[in-house]
Amino acid sequence: MRRGRLVLALAAAATLTLAGCSSGDGGDTDTDAGATSEETEATGGAEGTIKIGIKFDQPGMGFQDGSEYTGFDVDVAKFVAGELGYGEDQIEWVQAPSAQRETLLQNGQVDMIFATYSITDKRKEVVSFAGPYFVAGQDLLVAADDDSISGPEDLEGKNLCSVTGSTSAQRIKDEYAAGTNLLEQPGYAECVTALTAGTVDAVTTDDIILAGLAAVPANEGKVKVVGNPFSEENYGVGLPKESDQCEAINEAITKMVDDGTWQELLDKNVGASGYKANEDLNPPTPAACA
Amino acid sequence: MDDGYFQQFLSLFDEFDVPAAFWVNIQLTFFAGILALILGTVLATMRISPVPSLRWAGSTYVTLLRNTPLTIIMVFCVLGLWGQLGVTLSPDFQTNFFRLAVVGLTVYHAAFVCEALRSGVNTVPVGQAEAARAIGLSFWPAARLIILPQAFRGSVAPLGNVLIALTKNSTVAAAASVAEASGLMRTMIEFRPDVILAIFLTFAFGFVLIVVPIGLATTALSRRLAVAR
Amino acid sequence: MSTLFDVPGPVARRRMVWVNIAATIVVAGIAVWVLLRLQEKGQLDPALWKPFLTASPWVNYLIPGLIDTLTAAGISIVTSAVFGFVFGLGRLSGSRAVRAASGAIVEFFRAVPVLLMMIFFYLGLGQLRILDPSDVPLVAVVLGLTFYNGSVFAELVRSGVHGLPRGQREAALAVGLRDGQSLRLVEVPQALIAMLPAITSQLVVILKDTALGVIITYPDLLDAARRFGSGNGNILQSLVVAALIFIVINYAITKFADRLAGRVGRRTAGKPRAEPPSLVVATGND
Repeated sequence: MRRGRLVLALAAAATLTLAGCSSGDGGDTDTDAGATSEETEATGGAEGTIKIGIKFDQPGMGFQDGSEYTGFDVDVAKFVAGELGYGEDQIEWVQAPSAQRETLLQNGQVDMIFATYSITDKRKEVVSFAGPYFVAGQDLLVAADDDSISGPEDLEGKNLCSVTGSTSAQRIKDEYAAGTNLLEQPGYAECVTALTAGTVDAVTTDDIILAGLAAVPANEGKVKVVGNPFSEENYGVGLPKESDQCEAINEAITKMVDDGTWQELLDKNVGASGYKANEDLNPPTPAACA
Repeated sequence: MDDGYFQQFLSLFDEFDVPAAFWVNIQLTFFAGILALILGTVLATMRISPVPSLRWAGSTYVTLLRNTPLTIIMVFCVLGLWGQLGVTLSPDFQTNFFRLAVVGLTVYHAAFVCEALRSGVNTVPVGQAEAARAIGLSFWPAARLIILPQAFRGSVAPLGNVLIALTKNSTVAAAASVAEASGLMRTMIEFRPDVILAIFLTFAFGFVLIVVPIGLATTALSRRLAVAR
Repeated sequence: MSTLFDVPGPVARRRMVWVNIAATIVVAGIAVWVLLRLQEKGQLDPALWKPFLTASPWVNYLIPGLIDTLTAAGISIVTSAVFGFVFGLGRLSGSRAVRAASGAIVEFFRAVPVLLMMIFFYLGLGQLRILDPSDVPLVAVVLGLTFYNGSVFAELVRSGVHGLPRGQREAALAVGLRDGQSLRLVEVPQALIAMLPAITSQLVVILKDTALGVIITYPDLLDAARRFGSGNGNILQSLVVAALIFIVINYAITKFADRLAGRVGRRTAGKPRAEPPSLVVATGND
């Protein structure tokens, strides 16, 4: 009996090793049956559920508020899902941390992602995008009474906070102010805590995320968004590489912009911070599907 | 894996300085290891001391620190010690976080060092303590000359485990804004989701390379130093 | 170690009282300074703490988080025990090949950070598609914890058996048991009892390490606390509450194991040996 168990364990170990090797071939080559069939079934109508990846910890964008989910990403996702034939009770929300967004799509853990997901060429190699549905820009969040910072150039010698592994803070050091002191934290809420305590002078990431943080009741009146975006981030809807839903989602986004829902949802979620989206770029026209 | 994938992967090393990141982990481990050993020894001495309040303080420390996730301790070091209380350990911004991370790693692992030493103390036969007392040594000389040296030798293997854990836990310093290996790994994954698995394997291999020698060395050392009884 | 010193006499006791008072004053002084600083920074504002007296953070965040943490920890404890038992016996096997293979596996998995293993299994299982995608995070967390902690358990089994008096094995062989029988029936059971304190410390490690799962989208108590704090501007307060929950649960586990060890210890000749805990913990998450 003991030997049988050992064999079982060894077999399990061997399988896992194999698992590791085969996955080395790269995610984009293995089209799989599981998720695809689910996709096609999904487009058909209101059957079953749809799993949508969102942030759970970004107030104003994707946020778990008690037993509800709120934010601009969430509302856009609800609208798009509605256009695809899914009612709100058919949506299953899944937490999508930045580092795992590609994997969530490749694994089939989610059907689509609305999580401040910027469209980039490297990401396009492994996942597909619909949209963009919003154009954000990198900006700064500073204390409400701080008028000394009006753009990234003013950060020379100041303390700046961002999230570990994010690209935005490094961009400031590389392109604008090399003498910036960089604090990296696990999440933006930690950064805001350091900002309100006065130990950092600014928090940086996309403007709409900052606006969401500034609109949190506990932070209201303490912090403000500078309003001088210095990059262009096209938020897209992340889809599995083999998905055929891109066109349908783009249609939904276009409809949402045209009938005014888009503006309504934006005001509802981040309006309280006084934030205005960059009007030259917003609302965007969805790009052609690949 | 086709050739293109491998080329893509190699190009990562031009872009990112992986050895430098691991060097930070080694430095963190080194400093926190020494400090944790000192603090842990003090705690272990407190826990076997004649003074009830010291024993109480020692065991309370261990209970609180050992049972708290290290991430939380790390966040408290940065957002609490520095962010709220204004404790600054270095005028240089980045060095300050490095030292705060060392503090976080030290206070956490000291609790484990203390327990490792205590188990070492348990391996010292009661006769040794009795003999020390019989020749007239009071608590401190008996502890310093007789008990602790033998306890250290008996706890090399468990201390080795703590050192291995500390090495791996130094990755948590990312939460204290220290640019070390796990943080770099996350940055690389963010930039290059196309070679995610290779990135991961690189870092896993790096840790195996550091940790396995520590394990082998402490095992050998514990055999060598074992008190023959 | 009470043999190390005499029961303190009246003079020593008086001295201790004074030192205690002085130490208490110093500690209290530091505490007051810390509290004043926190007050100044507004961290003691009741508005930041009050939410924890209401139902919402518990019902929607902390309790579901705790359930996730306990689920992953519970399964991992069982699987790690099996893994540790198998490979611990493997390292004690009479066959050189089995010993070497078990040794290599145990040393390797002890060396790789748990977090990296979780990410690996998460990616690997995801690509294999043998599981329902929504089960992948839990399975990856359990596998990561199992391979690391199972290796630690295997080491405990091995060192426990090595720590037994040689007479036990000799006696077993003398009454006609074969090698494997002696291990199974005589040595390992005693070794496990001797190693109980170390095993329980490892249980605490498993519980805390579930917090690493958030990186691969497995929610847990720590993540739940962060989520709650993010939207309410009280992340420090949330983490304090989470830390307290962790401390209480872990303390309960340790106490329970201590009592168990004490009871079992009384029934055997072997003295429970406190081997130290090994440990690995949570990293932050994005």
